[in-house]
Amino acid sequence: MQIKKIQEEIVDEFSMFDDWMQRYEYMIDLGKSLPLINENYKTDDNIIKGCQSKVWVHAELEEDKLVFTADSDAIITKGIIAILIRAFSNQKPQDIIDADTDFIDEIGLKEHLSPTRANGLVSMIKQLKLYAIAYQTQLN
Amino acid sequence: MIDVTKIRKDFPILKREVNGKPLVYLDNAATSQTPQQVIDVIVDYYQNYNANIHRGVHALSQEATDKYEVARQTIQKHFNAKESYEIIFTSGTTHSINIVANGFTTLLEKGDEILVSAMEHHSNIVPWQMLAERTGAVLKVIPMNLDGELRMDVYDDLLSNKTKLVFCNHISNALGTINPIKEIIDKAHAVGAAVLIDGAQAAPHIKADMQKLDVDFYTASAHKICGPTGVGMLYGKEEWLNKLPPYQGGGEMIAEVTFEKTTYADLPHKFEAGTPNICGGIAFGAALDYMNSIGFEAIAEYEHELLEYATKELLKIEGLKIYGTAKNKTSVISFNIEGLHPYDIGSILDKLGVAVRTGHHCAQPIMDFYKIPGTVRASFSFYNTMDEVDVLVAAVIRAKGMLE
Repeated sequence: MQIKKIQEEIVDEFSMFDDWMQRYEYMIDLGKSLPLINENYKTDDNIIKGCQSKVWVHAELEEDKLVFTADSDAIITKGIIAILIRAFSNQKPQDIIDADTDFIDEIGLKEHLSPTRANGLVSMIKQLKLYAIAYQTQLN
Repeated sequence: MIDVTKIRKDFPILKREVNGKPLVYLDNAATSQTPQQVIDVIVDYYQNYNANIHRGVHALSQEATDKYEVARQTIQKHFNAKESYEIIFTSGTTHSINIVANGFTTLLEKGDEILVSAMEHHSNIVPWQMLAERTGAVLKVIPMNLDGELRMDVYDDLLSNKTKLVFCNHISNALGTINPIKEIIDKAHAVGAAVLIDGAQAAPHIKADMQKLDVDFYTASAHKICGPTGVGMLYGKEEWLNKLPPYQGGGEMIAEVTFEKTTYADLPHKFEAGTPNICGGIAFGAALDYMNSIGFEAIAEYEHELLEYATKELLKIEGLKIYGTAKNKTSVISFNIEGLHPYDIGSILDKLGVAVRTGHHCAQPIMDFYKIPGTVRASFSFYNTMDEVDVLVAAVIRAKGMLE
């Protein structure tokens, strides 16, 4: 599925929640169901800076698509990662580079998370895009 | 006795809501709130006598200069410094520490030793590391025990005639421990070392007496004692302040300038280059007046009650562990819940209107010591209530329920 379509799906799901509590509970559930990253990839090199909690991201090219795995020591952060991975993983690097991230605002994540955490979110997206750029260069 | 209902009326911010819930502000160790009495002083300054000080001959400048110097005297009296010029206005504790750390560059030699406590804020570690790098001096650490108390037996062993400087906070920001600074100072003096005590966390709770302590340097920030941000003080004994070179060059700190040579102004101006935070300095004095009108003994007594009640109630929560269990501590509770990340707890508390700090509290060595990523820290002030403790406890229980 296209990134845009997946993002619309996520926005639809979040629109069903009435309040922050349901939104957070959903994110916590998503965090708990996030497939685990291979322990070997939880290295200092793979830590994203700018998050108060630790976040590891690993990227791997499978044929022409980029697959992300990630983990965090905080569960709400894991929920955010799960949403990002759903939107961006298993996509062509060029599509990841071109994708916009407005859906983050639309699901009320940026507005509802503290500024430091929002920065962590921005850092995560930046890191995913950097991986995409690196692998796109490799494909060229 | 403290009339907390009456006191709360002084703080306009305490009436606001956060995320649709009444604000419960428990991040006082990061910054305290400002009472109307201090806000009025700030407004009055800009509305009535805003001017540059120490140079103008016009009325406004003289009025501003007078008030600024009265504030210095208020601070001097509060901390019982011998002379008002031993109080240097700074931008805050970090600035104060840097003045001293920078000044000692010329006074240290290779192989000299600097002792620093294991429970320091980064602002009281990094400047000394930089000083050690510049001079070839050696930085040694006074360790602490699991309760978060300094190992005074090890301190005794570390002290020698090589020790030139000792740095320690009066109260730990992450743990709330009140350190035995009088003993630390006396023992350091016995080997001829100078002592800087970081009073940033102590100033809101304890009225420190510079002459009784016989301390060489002491620091404080106004924003932790109901004053504005961006202003603080460095107390230094006259003899030490005379020995230290100026930190920054500029206007106001000079006696005479030619292109060949500049002679420096007398204390305190030698360390106050440029136009200072005039309004901030005056408001700093007003903040001390406000706190003294309530009384530090009454404040300490009430905050101790808050601490005891909050500790008792929080410990009822299964899996909750408090870091920093020193016998002598202030109203700071750093805690974690087994299996949960402090950041997750803090995020949910915020949604419930409870403001706490999460993370390493700029004291990473303490977190490394306990092998934890950080803590949730609730810090109480004299304007907090027992009801707010109940809100905190209920919010923590709710967060725990959501996260587990």
